[in-house]
Amino acid sequence: MSMSQTTPRHIPDRLRSPMQARLMSWESLLLAVAVGIFILNTLASPYFLDAWNLSDATFNFTEKAMIAFAMALLIIAGEIDLSVASIIALASTAMGVAMEMGAGTPVLVLVGLATGMLCGAFNGALVTKLGLPSIVVTIGTMSLFRGLSYIILGDGAFRGYPADFAWFGQGYVFWVISVEFVIFALLAVVFGLLLHKTSFGRTVYAVGNNPTGALFSGIRVDRVKMILFLLTGLMSGLAAVCLTSRLGSTRPSIASGMELEVVTMVVLGGVNILGGSGSIPGVVIAAFVMGLVTFGLGLLNVPGIVMSIFIGLLLIGVIALPRLWSMWRKKRV
Amino acid sequence: MTLLKSREAILFGAIALLVALVATRFPGFVVPSNLIAVFTDTSPLMILAIGQMVVILTRCIDLSVAANLALTGMVCAMINVAMPDLPIFVLICFAMVMGAALGAINGLLVWKLSIPPIVVTLGTMTIFRGVIFLLTDGKWINAHEMSASFTAFPRASLLGMPVLGWIAILVAIVMIVVMARTTLGRAIYAVGGNPHAAVYTGINVGRTQFLAFTISGMLAGLTGYLWIARYSVAYVDIAGGFELDVVAACVIGGISIAGGAGTVVGTLLGALFLGVVKNALPVVDISPFWQLAISGAAIIIAVAFNAQSGRSKGRIILKSAEHAQ
Amino acid sequence: MRNLGPQGADGSGDTPPVLTLDNITKVFPGVKALDGVRLDLYAGQVTALIGENGAGKSTVVKTLTGIYQPDGGQILLGGTPVPFATPQDAAKAGVTAIHQETVLFDELSVAENVFIGHAPKGRFGLIDTAAMYKKTGEILSSIGAKISPAVKLKDLSIASRHLVAIARALSVEAQVVIMDEPTAALSQTEIEELYELVDTLKAQGKAILFISHKFDEIFRIADRFTVFRDGQLVGAGIMNDVTEADLVKMMVGRSVDQLFPKREAEIGEDVLVVAGYSHPTEFEDINFTLRRGEILGFYGLVGAGRSEFMQSLIGITKPSKGAVRVGGDIRVIRSPAEAIKAGIVYVPEDRGKQGAILDMPIFQNVTLPSLHKTSNNGFVRMAEEFALAREYTERLDLRAASLDTNVGALSGGNQQKVVIAKWLATKPRVIILDEPTKGIDIGSKAAVHDFMSELAAQGLSVIMVSSEIPEIMGMSDRVIVMRDGRMVAELEGDALTPETLVRQAVGIRETGGDT
Repeated sequence: MSMSQTTPRHIPDRLRSPMQARLMSWESLLLAVAVGIFILNTLASPYFLDAWNLSDATFNFTEKAMIAFAMALLIIAGEIDLSVASIIALASTAMGVAMEMGAGTPVLVLVGLATGMLCGAFNGALVTKLGLPSIVVTIGTMSLFRGLSYIILGDGAFRGYPADFAWFGQGYVFWVISVEFVIFALLAVVFGLLLHKTSFGRTVYAVGNNPTGALFSGIRVDRVKMILFLLTGLMSGLAAVCLTSRLGSTRPSIASGMELEVVTMVVLGGVNILGGSGSIPGVVIAAFVMGLVTFGLGLLNVPGIVMSIFIGLLLIGVIALPRLWSMWRKKRV
Repeated sequence: MTLLKSREAILFGAIALLVALVATRFPGFVVPSNLIAVFTDTSPLMILAIGQMVVILTRCIDLSVAANLALTGMVCAMINVAMPDLPIFVLICFAMVMGAALGAINGLLVWKLSIPPIVVTLGTMTIFRGVIFLLTDGKWINAHEMSASFTAFPRASLLGMPVLGWIAILVAIVMIVVMARTTLGRAIYAVGGNPHAAVYTGINVGRTQFLAFTISGMLAGLTGYLWIARYSVAYVDIAGGFELDVVAACVIGGISIAGGAGTVVGTLLGALFLGVVKNALPVVDISPFWQLAISGAAIIIAVAFNAQSGRSKGRIILKSAEHAQ
Repeated sequence: MRNLGPQGADGSGDTPPVLTLDNITKVFPGVKALDGVRLDLYAGQVTALIGENGAGKSTVVKTLTGIYQPDGGQILLGGTPVPFATPQDAAKAGVTAIHQETVLFDELSVAENVFIGHAPKGRFGLIDTAAMYKKTGEILSSIGAKISPAVKLKDLSIASRHLVAIARALSVEAQVVIMDEPTAALSQTEIEELYELVDTLKAQGKAILFISHKFDEIFRIADRFTVFRDGQLVGAGIMNDVTEADLVKMMVGRSVDQLFPKREAEIGEDVLVVAGYSHPTEFEDINFTLRRGEILGFYGLVGAGRSEFMQSLIGITKPSKGAVRVGGDIRVIRSPAEAIKAGIVYVPEDRGKQGAILDMPIFQNVTLPSLHKTSNNGFVRMAEEFALAREYTERLDLRAASLDTNVGALSGGNQQKVVIAKWLATKPRVIILDEPTKGIDIGSKAAVHDFMSELAAQGLSVIMVSSEIPEIMGMSDRVIVMRDGRMVAELEGDALTPETLVRQAVGIRETGGDT
């Protein structure tokens, strides 16, 4: 007698297969760009297709990408952390202090990671407990964290890290495969699974799409955000370990401006800066694109600052072009 | 009681207290000539912060101001090298037009393509800096290459204060009038305060944001000439990272990042606060390396304060509660 | 035909209308919000626009103010067609609206709010602040408002903000003034002042469109009426020619039992007991018991505090006092997550913002509160998600192309079904439905009502917040009426009549009748 019992009409799970959806995605477009740049680089420089050169090139993005993975989740959830480069500075400084006090490599790594987590917790508490906008909070902590580093170091530097500490930033696991690259690859898998396969990942999307709706659906929105700030801090701490190990020294100006490159990488990877959508594979490809551009132009002796024009154009272009295209099509119709 | 007024009073009090504290140990800090020097030193920050304020009021942000400053300043310096006899007035007009044009690029991308402002200005920030390098090949333009009149102008003294300081005052006065007494000024507040309602009252939100970016760009261009001329040097990285000081000045000055709330006077005080801290540190023998951390802490305290005063009151349904308010 | 047509119902058609909506149609995905309606507004007269929620009243307001463009028909101003392509066009033509939610600017002063968009200009094209403040002062005192033009809007009470909105309407020298639920947030004395104001506007020859749910108001103030039902015109004419009963009949248009096939459910033990629930500003001293298999209606005017109370019941806002007992245990519910654990779920009125995540697919919306059920060690299992989503959406007869369609692409009715499915999938004890059929089409309405009955029959306890009398009458076993944040009546059986509901909600005494 009731409608719901008499006519159960069947609704298919999906209209398009996941494969079809994937082919039409941002990631495929980006992958095409990456392949294009790769080919151009190969044509432009005979030194490009060299295993060791390519291996060196990965250092252009591995540390940034570590942070970018966590940042991607944070941005999808509708927040942002502009203090990541400053967290690196503070974590690296903390490691320097620990080193001066005679700490060995395991302790140094712990200090780096713990400092990163603490900074993330500080950001997260300001955003979730006090309800402050993350963009301003992290502009503030960006100055604060690096400022603390300057207070400790002034214009000095920490040098003389233990020899085995160099393994993280300078070591190789196998042939040309660097330790950093392995960490990057592992994290890509971990974050990919976390975002795309777990219920936590699902709540991240829900929070970013509609925080009110997520709250009404029983999601502890503040807790999700706090976890993401902690993760971003932790990844910044890890990047600090790698970078400090690679450079072999700590200055307060370490990694300055890196926050913008990280955000660029995330946005280039197709993550909506307003939250709600994005993917880890996209960020991985974006990391390669940025690394390849930097490396290829470097081989052609184009200075870094000019490369940044390409990154800037890429950032605006990849968002602007599809919009221009659809505007143009609308006009034609 | 209007909270905003009290907020400016608090900020003014904080600055006065800071100055007084320094003065107890170093009376030299409060002699008029030094105060004028502090004000002049803070002028570029004040001009840029007023431009940034306009943008933030419309719920946007402009991270490209320092790069715009550097690019416009560099082009002014190059023009000066090529045409040393070009009157300074013409050069200033050029700087403002060029800065406005760069700002308009940001504005157009935000207005016509609805790209989030933070993405747009992050991109143009790196592009502008890169363009400087393309123009100069990374070379510096030094004092001896610039004409005397070019470098002398901002430093020329007028009634005891350098022209640079007067320009900041002029910009402040003009912008106070624009914000309070023009349709555009009111539209800027309306767009940030309640974009929905702004549409109902016939205001074009995107166009207003475009104009805000153009104003910000124009002031950045003006500062570009003043900066290069004052320090008598132009290079790629000039004023690097300064955009964050500018945003900091706004936040400390009570400009709500959510848009629609804040005043020119608040912004000026926010910039002055940072300026006083920067100038006072060496005087009281605290390492200037403390400055960054202090401004960071100031931003956080200021934004927490903003949020406290702006907390939305819940709906009032009970009649008794309404009267108790 | 029941469509009387304006001229037909209106004997004294001697003065032509100032503004006419002629045969206006407006279609939204899935819903025809307006279906060839006509509305005439006359100079110096108040026309009441009457209809249930979802009848199309707010769509008319948005069409008249240039926010929406109609899909068919035309707007005639003094007999000539005018396109209201933008809000500016409407403003220029002299149409101004005072909205339900006073849409103004907190950070601007009263005078700036009144004159934004048309401020007086002085020298150099600058705004003549002195003139602006003076004029604002004059307008405010002309309506007897004791508000300083210089004070910021955010420092005013809701009632005062309303007066500012009215002052704004006066400042543009409008020909047509739309008042959309103008008394919703006002006290009795403020309402009296508003009536006087409306009389002043009438005397100035303005045409007024007055939208209200309150019959006493309509009979006190309106000269004419126009009744909409489900986006169609069902009647128009002169107030003197009709009775309250006539209007109600036109609004509802059908006998109550026809549309609401409420099945008798067996009412069982107490499931939810709420005692002394209070909040500093939103509601006070709410007490009731909800039993198994019962549908408990909450009736009241918009803004009576019903939704606010329901939201505190699921832990969105914290009560200042009071306790809840669910299934025998006294619980403190501090968050929606705890409410779900206690078995209390809430289908909110604001579907787009609170109910659904519009940019996520149907199946992910359905499983969102039940993710622990469809995942294993934290990893989601897509097949189980689809199965759960299918089970509940099919029970609700959802119409969608596929389960991975974004909820935002569905019609209002189907969105509502997704939201209900999402909550049923958590297997709750108590389901709270807040205006469950607001803004959805007739077909979906029937499905939702039918399903609600079925749920109660299966032993679920239902709380239904509704402002629609037929829905409340047709579906509820018992009704609690709220007014100004307080429970004012609990009605069941023979005591439950539409008249009592309205009287209690509005606050007129039994003898009051129509004033």
